[in-house]
Amino acid sequence: MESSNYVSTTNACKLCTPLGASLAFRGIEDCVPFLHGSQGCATYMRRYIISHFREPMDIASSALGEKQAVFGGGPNLKKGLLNVMKKYGAKVVGVATTCLTETIGDDVPSILDEFRKEFADLPLPAIVHAATPSYSGTHADGWREAMRATVDALVVDQVEANGTVNIFPSLISCEDTRHLKDIFTSYGVKATILPDLSETLDGPVLEDYRPIPSGGTPLSAIRAMSGARASIELGRTLAGLPTAGRVLADRFAIPRHSLGLPIGLRETDALCKVLEELSGREMPREMQLERGRLVDALVDGHKYIFGKRAVVYGEEDLVIGLVSFLSEIGVRPVLAATGGKGKAFGRAIEAVTRDILPEPCRAVEGVDFHDIAEQAQELAPDLMVGHSKGYSYAKEWNVPLVRVGFPIHDRFGGQRTLHVGYRGAQTMLDRVINAVLDKTQTDNPIGYGYL
Amino acid sequence: MNSAVLEERQDQVHRIGEGEFAMACNRDSLAGAVSQRACVFCGSRVVLYPIADALHLVHGPIGCAVYTWDIRGALSSGPELHRMSFSTDLQEKDVIFGGEKKLAAALSELIDRHSPKAAFVYSTCIVGLIGDDVESVCRKMSAEKGIPVIPVQSEGFKGNKREGYAAACKAMMRLVGTGDISGISPLSLNILGDFNLAGEIWIIRGYLERMGIQTVANVTGDGRVNDICRAHGAALNVVQCSGSTMDLALMMKEQFGTPFIRASYLGIEDMAESLYAIAEFFKDQDPGIVARTQDVVRDELSRLMPELGQYRKDLEGKRAAIYVGGAFKAFSLIKAFRHLGMKVVLVGSQTGTQEDYEELASIADPGTVIVDDSNPLELSAFIKEQGVDIFVGGVKERPIAYKLGVGFCDHNHERKRALEGFEGMLNFAQEVHSTVMSPVWRFTPRWGKNVAQGSGPREE
Repeated sequence: MESSNYVSTTNACKLCTPLGASLAFRGIEDCVPFLHGSQGCATYMRRYIISHFREPMDIASSALGEKQAVFGGGPNLKKGLLNVMKKYGAKVVGVATTCLTETIGDDVPSILDEFRKEFADLPLPAIVHAATPSYSGTHADGWREAMRATVDALVVDQVEANGTVNIFPSLISCEDTRHLKDIFTSYGVKATILPDLSETLDGPVLEDYRPIPSGGTPLSAIRAMSGARASIELGRTLAGLPTAGRVLADRFAIPRHSLGLPIGLRETDALCKVLEELSGREMPREMQLERGRLVDALVDGHKYIFGKRAVVYGEEDLVIGLVSFLSEIGVRPVLAATGGKGKAFGRAIEAVTRDILPEPCRAVEGVDFHDIAEQAQELAPDLMVGHSKGYSYAKEWNVPLVRVGFPIHDRFGGQRTLHVGYRGAQTMLDRVINAVLDKTQTDNPIGYGYL
Repeated sequence: MNSAVLEERQDQVHRIGEGEFAMACNRDSLAGAVSQRACVFCGSRVVLYPIADALHLVHGPIGCAVYTWDIRGALSSGPELHRMSFSTDLQEKDVIFGGEKKLAAALSELIDRHSPKAAFVYSTCIVGLIGDDVESVCRKMSAEKGIPVIPVQSEGFKGNKREGYAAACKAMMRLVGTGDISGISPLSLNILGDFNLAGEIWIIRGYLERMGIQTVANVTGDGRVNDICRAHGAALNVVQCSGSTMDLALMMKEQFGTPFIRASYLGIEDMAESLYAIAEFFKDQDPGIVARTQDVVRDELSRLMPELGQYRKDLEGKRAAIYVGGAFKAFSLIKAFRHLGMKVVLVGSQTGTQEDYEELASIADPGTVIVDDSNPLELSAFIKEQGVDIFVGGVKERPIAYKLGVGFCDHNHERKRALEGFEGMLNFAQEVHSTVMSPVWRFTPRWGKNVAQGSGPREE
C-alpha cells in the first residue's frame, strides 16, 4: 500500500472528522448536531455542507473562547445544550468533539452526566457523544463513529424481536437513501436505516422555517434496533472497524452482514442475495428488470468506454464501490486514491478487481491531490471520477470529471446523485459514457451528429 | 420581542422607532445559539487569502485548510498560489510531541516547490494549545529560504473574526516598509479592504487611473507581496470594509504617517463620494483632478442610470433584508436598494461595532429590525414577520431564504459577478431583479399568504 511521499498536505482529499459526525447526526429525527469547540468549526462545516445540499444545516456550537480553553469547556457545553433545548426543542443532541476540546482534555462523558443530574427536572433530550478529534481520521470516520456512539448510547434495552433489519451505510446521498429504502420495501423487508439524510437534507420549501428539518431515523426506531433480526453494514472497510453493527452484535447478538456499498452490478447483487435470504423472496420483478436493463446497457455502451483509464478518488468505501463498478463496465481504474488511511483499502480494491481487471488498479491511501496529480501524470487518465474538488486537475489535464459523492460544489443536485443499486449503476453508466462522448464530440472537428 | 430571540440576546436586537437606540455588540457568541460567525482563523484567512504570490500554510489538523480551499472568488491577474490549500495536517502524534518539526519540513518542501514571495503560517486552535513556537520556526525558515515567513496568530478560539483581522494586519505590517519606494508618484494610494471578488478591484483601479492616480498596493485583492512591502510609499490609504484592514491603516499612520480615508465602492452615492474624497485629498497637488473625477462619475452615471431605471420599474416597493459580515456593506446596500425603489426592513451583521449600529439606525427606516450576531432561527422569524422579498447575505444565509420561498442575492466571497463600482451597481440590480422577479415563488407555500405588513409575495 502506497501513501504520500510528502510532509505537507496540498489540496486535501479528505475532510475533518467532526464534519462527518455532524452530517450523520443530521440523519436522526429531531436531532441537533452540536460541536464542542470553537465557533468557527461549526460555521465552516455548515457552509461546506450547505454548498452541497443547498439546504439549511444548523450545527450548534459550544463556542469556546480563550477562557474556556484554559479552564475547561464544561460550562459552555451545558449552556449550549440548554439553549439548543430551548430554541430547537431537540429530542436528540449529537455532541461531537473537535481538536480543541480533545486537546484541552474536556471529559465530555462526565460533563454530560453532570448535566443530566443538574437538570434532571427538565425534559432532557437524549444526548449522544462522539469523540471526533480532527487530528485523527477523516469525515468517513466521523460519520461511522457518530453512528456507533448513537447506537452505543441509545440502544441499551433488549426489546422484543420485531423482524426489522438495521442498515448502516457509509456516507451516501439523499437519493441513495431513498432508493435503498425502496429496495428494502420491494423485498418486503422492514428496515431501519441509520442515518437517514433523505429528507433532512433534501426537503420541500416551507411556509415556516423548521428549527429541525423533518425526517431522519426516529429515536424510537433506533431504540428498537435491539429487536432486529439482522444488521447490514454497507461499506467494505466497515468490516474491520468499530461500528454500530458491531455494538449490536456484541450486545444483543444480532447477526451482522458486512457488505460493500451496493455500487455497480456485483456489489448490488451481493446486497440482493442477503435480502433474498432475509426475506425468503426472489428478486422482485421490477428489480430484475432494472438489472436486465443495466446489463443490456452495458452491452450497448461497452465499446465507447473500453479501456478508458480512470482516476477515482474520495472516501474509501465510495472509491471501492466505484472501482468495482468501473471495472465491470470495461473502464480501467488506474488509480484508486483516498485521503483516509489504515482501513485495508488496498485489500478491498484488490478484492473487487481481482477477477475482472487485466492488471491491478493502483490503490493509494493517505494522499492529497498533489500526490494524486503526481501519480496521474504517468498514468495518463482519460477521465476522473470523484467529487468536485478534483475539478481543477481535470481541467488542467483536459479530461472529463464525472462528479459523484460529496462534496459537489460546482454542479446542481449533488444531494440527488444516485450511486447505489442497479438503477444507480445505470445512471452512472449513462453519465460515464456521455462524458466520454461529450469529449469526443467537443474535440472532434467534424462534429458527428451520430455517435 | 420576537420569540425566536434567546433571552440573553434580546439586547442584540433593536427595532427602529421602539425606544431609544441601544445595541449590545462585539460580544462572544452565545453557546448553542448557532451563530453565523466563524472564528479568529477565518478572519485572518479571508483578509490574507487574496495575496496571490504568497504561500498560505495552515498549521493544524486538516479541517481549517480544507474548508478554506479556493473559498473566495478573489481573482488574480497573475500567480494563483492563493487558490491552493496547504496544511501541516497535524496528527495525533504531532499533538502529543509537538508540530514544530513538521511545520519546518512542510515549509521547506512547499517553499522549494512553489518559490513564493513570502509565506504566511496560520496558527489554528490546536497550535495555541500544544505550544509550538511558530515564531521561531518562521524565523529560522525565513533565514534559510531568504523570503519573509510570517506567523499569523489566528488560533480560532481566541476571539471572533475581528481578532483575526487584527492578526492579519499585524502580519502584513511586517512586510510594509521593507520595499523600495523609488518611482512612486505623489498622486498615489493603497486600496485597503477590497478583495477583488469577481474582479472588483480592477474596476476601482480603472476609475483611479482615469483620475490620474497610481495604485501602489492592493490590500489584498489581486495582492502581491512586493506591493505590500512598498505600500508605505503611497501618499494615502483608502480603507474599505473598515473592520478588516483599519488596523493596518492605523499602524501605517503611526509608523509612516500615511493618512487614510474611509471608502465604500458599493452603490452609486458611496462610489461617487469615495472618488470625490480621493480627489479632494489630492486637489492641492493637482487641481485638475476634481474635474477629471467629475468626468469619470458623469460618464459612468450617464451609462448606468437609464439601464437602472428599467429594473426599478419592476422592483419598486419590494422589501429587502440584509445580513452581512461587516456593517460597512450594510450602509451601502441600504442606499443601493433605495435607488431601486426598495426598502430595507431587516439589517444585521456578524461583527458590527457600537458606532456601526448607531450609523445604521440613523439611516434605517422606522420599523426596521437591526440585529447583531444573529442566527438562522432569528433571521427566518424576522424574514417572515417583515414580509421580505429578497435576502442579501452569504452562503449560510441562502438556504434560510430559499427554504422560506424568498429571493436571495449572494453578496459574499462566492459571488461571481462584480457588485462594486458603477457597473457593479447595474449587476446588483440585475441580480436582485433575477431573483425577485422569478416565477418560481408562486409555487411556494408562502405565496398569496398574508405576510406581515409588507409587500411580501402576492397574487398577481
